[in-house]
Amino acid sequence: MGGYGDVQLLRDDGLRLDGRKLDESRPVTIEAGILPAADGSAMVTHGLNVAVAAVYGPMEAHPRKIQRQDRAVIDVRYNMAPFSTSDRIRPGFNRRSREISKVTAEALESVVLVERFPRSKIRVEIEILAAEAGTRCAGITAASVALADAGIPMRDMIVGVASGKIEDTVVLDLDKAEDNYGQADLPAGILPNTGEIAFLQMDGDLSPEEFDLAMEYNFKAAREIHEIMVDALKARYDGGDN
Amino acid sequence: MSQGRSGAEQRLVTPGMAIGPLSGMRVGSGAVTHNGEIIATKLGWVREFNGTISVDPISSPYLPRSGDLVIGTVAEVRNNLWFMDINGSFQGLLPMSLAPWKVEFGQARQHMNVGDSALARVQEVDECHNVVLTMKGIGLRRLSQGAVIEVPVNHLDRIRGDNNSNLDRMKDVSDCRIIIGENGRVWVDGSDDGIAWAREALSIAKEHGHKDNFKSIMEQHEKKLTKKGDA
Repeated sequence: MGGYGDVQLLRDDGLRLDGRKLDESRPVTIEAGILPAADGSAMVTHGLNVAVAAVYGPMEAHPRKIQRQDRAVIDVRYNMAPFSTSDRIRPGFNRRSREISKVTAEALESVVLVERFPRSKIRVEIEILAAEAGTRCAGITAASVALADAGIPMRDMIVGVASGKIEDTVVLDLDKAEDNYGQADLPAGILPNTGEIAFLQMDGDLSPEEFDLAMEYNFKAAREIHEIMVDALKARYDGGDN
Repeated sequence: MSQGRSGAEQRLVTPGMAIGPLSGMRVGSGAVTHNGEIIATKLGWVREFNGTISVDPISSPYLPRSGDLVIGTVAEVRNNLWFMDINGSFQGLLPMSLAPWKVEFGQARQHMNVGDSALARVQEVDECHNVVLTMKGIGLRRLSQGAVIEVPVNHLDRIRGDNNSNLDRMKDVSDCRIIIGENGRVWVDGSDDGIAWAREALSIAKEHGHKDNFKSIMEQHEKKLTKKGDA
């Protein structure tokens, strides 16, 4: 993330290599309820990323040592499919997937009304089918829609968004080249209705002004993606024919 | 259930969405207060009734309550008790003292074995969600015939209809005995054709139970069997 001086990421006309403006997100599509066997599910495509999330539960927490007497625990498993990138990924948990599972679980625990289900477990499985930078954000968005689809009570939904810095310029939603050769990455989990931040990570360096601008971009993207999330849930149940 | 869903009031909301100001309204199920506003906590239809604003969820897990009539399946047998899967977060415990038979210690398996279904009532639910079941009561028994069909818990009211009108019609049309468990399981017993029709009707309820035209969809399904019978 230190930046590579010889890689050009901004065109001469001020646009990015894929033609997006600085504050333009990649196209996002969301579909809710794609897995009939799961209690709740969703698929999110964010640019070339494809994330599928399934929610099971609440169920009795096993093993017993993870049970909490006063609330539910959220068991998140984030996994990238071996075929999700051009280099085959070795199947199974690794350091990165453990970290993302942990931060996703903590973010979701802050919105789900876990105190309603003592001693229970809510299982959230996030599978990344295709990866092109920003999979943790796509995963959180998918998990959030899947939880709503499963009827789990939440005080808000979480939208996963990211901004970053390339060529000393703050941009919204880094793609793979920008992520690899850029200077900073700032993924965030935003609660669109309350404006709270459920998780925030930063890779690289941003000045306070750049940080503020990056968060401004993140909030703007969160509002846009939240509308798509709401439309996806309404399309599943409303369907326009009831 | 249909009060808040008719006409202009019909509104589907997602978690976190503001559904009304706090002033003068009571907060019902599926909603909480936040910053002086009432916000939805579940995906569902907003319902305003008698000064209470609540959300009828589109899908919901079963939360056992004392007195619920449930259809359970034996998951585990011990010397003096049964653990029953009641479609909730936790298994229900049926001690031999609350079984309808006189059970000797160690003989529990001879009355009900793993996989058997039974009609039971929730005796008690404690603050840690431990569920105790009872089979002492009128009509509570082991279900040794018929079929158990699962339906979404939040569609049970619509499957029953006003004053059980829909359920009574289903019983008449299919000529089956039908018992609805509060835990989203329905027991159907009758002729093979009747069970098949009821199974199809319940799968329609699963798919279309949240829609306003559910009643007309069910009526169309009723005609199907009536026509078949006429032929």
